[in-house]
Amino acid sequence: MAKQYETVIGLEVHVELATKTKIFCGCSTAFGGAPNTHTCPVCTGMPGSLPVLNKKVVELAMAVGLATNCKIHQFCKFDRKNYFYPDNPQNYQISQLYLPICYEGGIEIETPAGKKIVGIHEIHMEEDAGKLIHDEWEDCSLVDYNRSGVPLIEIVSEPDMRSAEEVIAYLDKLRLIIQYLGASDCKLQEGSMRADVNLSVREAGAKEYGTRTEMKNLNSFKAIARAVEGERARQIELLEEGKKVIQETRRWDDNKESSYPMRSKEDAQDYRYFPDPDLVPVIISDEWLEEIRARQPELRTEKLLRYKKEFDIPDYDAGILTGSKRMADIFEETTALCGRPKKVSNWLMGETLRLLKEEGMEPEELSFSPENLAKLIRLTEDGTINQTVAKEVFEKIFREDIDPQAYVEEHGLKTVSDEDELRRVVEDVIAANPQSVSDYRGGKKKALGFLVGQTMKAMKGKADPGVVSRILTKLL
Amino acid sequence: MQISSMTALELGRKIRQREISAVEAAEASLARIREAEASLNCFVTVDEEGALARAAEVQKAVSSGTLTAPLAGVPVGIKDNMCTEGLLTTCSSKILYNFKPTYTAEAVLNLEKAGAVIVGKTNMDEFAMGSTTETSAFGVTRNPWNTEHVPGGSSGGSCAAVASGEVPYALGSDTGGSIRQPSSFCGVTGLKPTYGTVSRYGLIAYGSSLDQIGPIARDVSDCAAVLETIASWDRKDSTSVKREDCDFTAALVDDVKGLKIGIPSDYLAAGLDEEVKAAILKAADVLKTKGAQVEEFDLSLVEYAIPAYYVIASAEASSNLSRFDGVKYGYRAKEYEGLHSMYKKSRSEGFGEEVKRRIMLGSFVLSSGYYDAYYLKALRTKALIKQAFDRAFEKYDVILGPAAPTTAPKLGESLADPIKMYLGDIYTISVNLAGLPGMTVPCGLDAKGLPIGVQLIGDCFQEKKIIRAAYAYEQGRGPWELPAPACVAGTADAAGGNGGCADGGVRTAAGSGCADDGARTAAGKGGI
Repeated sequence: MAKQYETVIGLEVHVELATKTKIFCGCSTAFGGAPNTHTCPVCTGMPGSLPVLNKKVVELAMAVGLATNCKIHQFCKFDRKNYFYPDNPQNYQISQLYLPICYEGGIEIETPAGKKIVGIHEIHMEEDAGKLIHDEWEDCSLVDYNRSGVPLIEIVSEPDMRSAEEVIAYLDKLRLIIQYLGASDCKLQEGSMRADVNLSVREAGAKEYGTRTEMKNLNSFKAIARAVEGERARQIELLEEGKKVIQETRRWDDNKESSYPMRSKEDAQDYRYFPDPDLVPVIISDEWLEEIRARQPELRTEKLLRYKKEFDIPDYDAGILTGSKRMADIFEETTALCGRPKKVSNWLMGETLRLLKEEGMEPEELSFSPENLAKLIRLTEDGTINQTVAKEVFEKIFREDIDPQAYVEEHGLKTVSDEDELRRVVEDVIAANPQSVSDYRGGKKKALGFLVGQTMKAMKGKADPGVVSRILTKLL
Repeated sequence: MQISSMTALELGRKIRQREISAVEAAEASLARIREAEASLNCFVTVDEEGALARAAEVQKAVSSGTLTAPLAGVPVGIKDNMCTEGLLTTCSSKILYNFKPTYTAEAVLNLEKAGAVIVGKTNMDEFAMGSTTETSAFGVTRNPWNTEHVPGGSSGGSCAAVASGEVPYALGSDTGGSIRQPSSFCGVTGLKPTYGTVSRYGLIAYGSSLDQIGPIARDVSDCAAVLETIASWDRKDSTSVKREDCDFTAALVDDVKGLKIGIPSDYLAAGLDEEVKAAILKAADVLKTKGAQVEEFDLSLVEYAIPAYYVIASAEASSNLSRFDGVKYGYRAKEYEGLHSMYKKSRSEGFGEEVKRRIMLGSFVLSSGYYDAYYLKALRTKALIKQAFDRAFEKYDVILGPAAPTTAPKLGESLADPIKMYLGDIYTISVNLAGLPGMTVPCGLDAKGLPIGVQLIGDCFQEKKIIRAAYAYEQGRGPWELPAPACVAGTADAAGGNGGCADGGVRTAAGSGCADDGARTAAGKGGI
């Protein structure tokens, strides 16, 4: 019988913090911008320049630590990680090795087998590097330091995950927590959240961990899942063939669905970490810590309970709504404006999800305003427009965040409720569809639906189908 | 009196009183530089054009009454490891041979706000690593007292420039004695402030936890006035300290009655030159005569300061200097294949021997497996040294001792034996490790006619105590004459030769207007 293997996975997750300025200087962290325009002597490593810590970075790191049940080192330090590479202007990265700000935490994830805690070894603060651009035409490399010094936290998990599903569940939960805290937008594609996967396999029941590899370049949850499966299979195959897994860093190629080695343990660098003498230790007072704790927003678990209780919406819906900070914000703000939680939920669960799927967008990318959705709901509530028109208008809101009131006026989309006008149209439809009329009269009730449809079409949707149906029945 | 013989405050006063214009002051400094540079090489860069334009600008502000600072219009030399916007800043290294900073160091900005006129950037040991100014990639600087001797280092250019009257004052930096030791060798007054007093922003780092900028001048009053100008709390430097007591000139009081002065017996032990020892003890006697209580005590741990220092400073330097890689600025090797080769060649060709030695030393002590044994142990030693000083300052206001075991060695003597050179830092290094303020004041000449300086050390933030002691000593010692300008100029012809100013006889024989030479020697003798 074939051997059974267990996969052991730990993650190193880098998250770009949503601060206005960089971690050690006053330069903007805004995405984009012409190369080297968001720079100064500090983030380009000019001789004589010195780093000064951005307080907001410490606060966001603390917030993430508290939300992931970590302990906080109230005396923490920054260390220099020395290595030569041009994207790093000083040839050392300011990071934390000896006393990271958060340690010994963990979060609960849902797995098919039930709930499970994934431990967090530590969370440390550090600076991002610049970007190298290789110019194939000129055969040279250029460096853009706009990202140099953007604040990051690295969240290092314990090797507590056993499958791709658990990895995704952990990442999902982590992302949601961070988004709820407003600490980062956590976009994998844009690199504001990046995960490196440490994976090893061992025979089921073994006590010792196997040799692990580290996988980099994972740009989506799907890629992470595929990489986990791919690496697990690769390692098992090696072991089955009697070969050994080599401790190394590998790069995942999601197009080829395979990985290749970047560097092995043998040529691993000695980073010569030591405390950065340019920075003073960060001392977090009890008061400061309490202030951050008091400022922690409502996280998903609490929100979920509150939604069920306060708005009486089904578990499933509450789950979807709170599954994205943006979605939850829109839900709450719209409800506050129109007082119709069920209706708001329906719009979000129905049309919004449909359009997101159609566009291949993430809920976090929703850009319409709660005001416009609230107005739309009011327009349907008071019968100004019917459901068909409302859906059409909503698409406009979803895409362009238009003001529905103005749009309906402008395009003459108000429901026609004048019975005389409707009767005239219905008479025309009856005259034009003798076959359907005789079918109906002959007992084929389905024909009525067709006639209602024809009337709605003639009305360009601006009629109440119920009223149309009543008039039709009467006339037939 | 010639402009080049004036102190910074004297010159500043005459500029404020419209007796001398800032332009005249700059011209006098530049003329003196033209005269003396061939024999001394104090400057890496002399900015004639910039200095004159700046002097004219400052003069306008002085004339209109908007600028009344005591140093307004006074020329200054800046050690070449402080960034000056648009003006070459090389750290005396080939690797920064063409580097023009995009910004100015905070301490220099503070001087500029007070109306200082920068005439140029002074020579130094490459990246401040050295005790002789011989490791400069731009030639050695010679001691104005005797051009066969070194000026000390690493701020040798600044000290020699002040001693020779090229500038009335200069800025230096001190990581392990780099202000105090060359001040002693050049017969000028230098002050290394408490760590955190002067912003390090724009000072190209050697050992970040030890580096501190300070003044080098002709006397104690100038040092106090300059320190008052450059000290500031700077948000751009996390290690900068907010101090309310930066009115250092208020400490220029000729009164040391009851002041408790301790002389570490460890500092007078074997290794200290007898002539230096005698001069130091005489200086202590001057203070005693003025009412200070002087006694010897056991400081302890002195022997551990040097290894601890060279581990910490080299470790920090190995990381601080990694940014010089040929990618962004400075020297890049002409030929290379790929990134790794570019790094290797640029750094191998761009750095000098001593710098490479310390980068390797520092990389070694930080390597995994050695970190605890070397770096951590050195940090613990540093903490113990600080504690030893803390105990001493419970008993004493000021600690007095030599700044160096000998007077200035001859050119070429030190580099042959780096360990011996490192050992020469024994009296200055622990002050940096403990972050204390220290000051050197000239206190005599040895038989060769080379100056000796006495070092006064204070507790953290007690600059005023050492300034007060130094000022009182200076008053008791009497006038101190620097090598006569004409005399130094006379050696220009004999540059690299026998050093015309080696002794009074030669100077007088040269008949080059050294009329005050006898007086100087006399003053030196009379003072001690």
